[in-house]
Amino acid sequence: MSPRGRLMLFLPSAAGLLFLLIDALRRLPGFGHYPGPYGFVLNGVGVTERHATNLVTAVNFDYRAFDTLGEEFILFTATTAVVLILRHIRGEDERGTARREGASNALRGVALAFVAGLIVLGGYVVAHGALTPGGGFQGGVILACGAFVVFLAGEAVAMKRVAPEQLLEFADAAGAAGFALLGVGGLVFAGVFLQNFLDLGKPGSLNSAGTILLVSIAIGIEVTGAFLLIWTEFLDQALLVRSGGSEGE
Amino acid sequence: MSFLPYAVAAWLFVVGLYGIVTSRHLVHLAVCLTVVQSSTYLILLSSGYVRHGSAPIYADIPPVATAVDPVVQALTLTDIVVESTITALLLALAVQAMKRFGSVDPTALRQLRG
Repeated sequence: MSPRGRLMLFLPSAAGLLFLLIDALRRLPGFGHYPGPYGFVLNGVGVTERHATNLVTAVNFDYRAFDTLGEEFILFTATTAVVLILRHIRGEDERGTARREGASNALRGVALAFVAGLIVLGGYVVAHGALTPGGGFQGGVILACGAFVVFLAGEAVAMKRVAPEQLLEFADAAGAAGFALLGVGGLVFAGVFLQNFLDLGKPGSLNSAGTILLVSIAIGIEVTGAFLLIWTEFLDQALLVRSGGSEGE
Repeated sequence: MSFLPYAVAAWLFVVGLYGIVTSRHLVHLAVCLTVVQSSTYLILLSSGYVRHGSAPIYADIPPVATAVDPVVQALTLTDIVVESTITALLLALAVQAMKRFGSVDPTALRQLRG
């Protein structure tokens, strides 16, 4: 179909879809008039039941932990797929690539300061997921950025040394397995898969909320590994093209 | 005024679809898909909003304070994670399409070659 014909087909259909969407959304409760009851119930009992002050994390890693397990494996599967797709035709042209040109010492110094700050911040966000905004997913991405800054400073080779692919693959898999094993722990110690089976502690303190902290750490490790693995694969492709790989150009 | 967030969500959905239909570049197509998906964030978050409610984080607000629905916020987090991984997957496919067919124009990829 020609682009013009496709557009002629799309525009009336899109107008109809927009009309139906707006008609359907108009029938929802108005903005700000949330009817409940789940949110109100959780807001009422969440802190006393789970001793977690961040209820979004409590929902993700405890009340809806089974869904999050599925989500975690979506992340795991997609990462594996990216690695498989990008690794397929690599190998024939994988000569050692030198570091990128043009990185000054000032840039490297600033990057080093950023690495330390990002890793501390990432660890903090992972560990305090049950208390304040944050959790394994958010903290994991910040931790991954910590290693990525090494690349931004022009040290593509050094990034491989800081975060070798085998370590990343291991972190990705170990994080996913850790979450699943915590679920089995709930089955063994509390009789229900993914049940919170640890001492809940005092609300607001770092070692509160039982397994939520451990799940957060497991997910933090997985997300760090998964994102760095994805970035490493893309960077390998980019370096391949830049170093005059036979394909691509 | 109370319908505005939903209207924006519907608009984002249709505009993203327009981008996908008319796209001439696979990377552009992946970005358009994220636009479509961002409308779902908006619908989720606005359907759980309580007037004058604060964030459902009881670290520094009184336990009886009105807060918005934490369930839809957790769902939005799930949504974002899935979106970012799917985008990575689509971009990886775009890289391979470039290598294999020498083009990232979806209309040029019509014939399948072995």
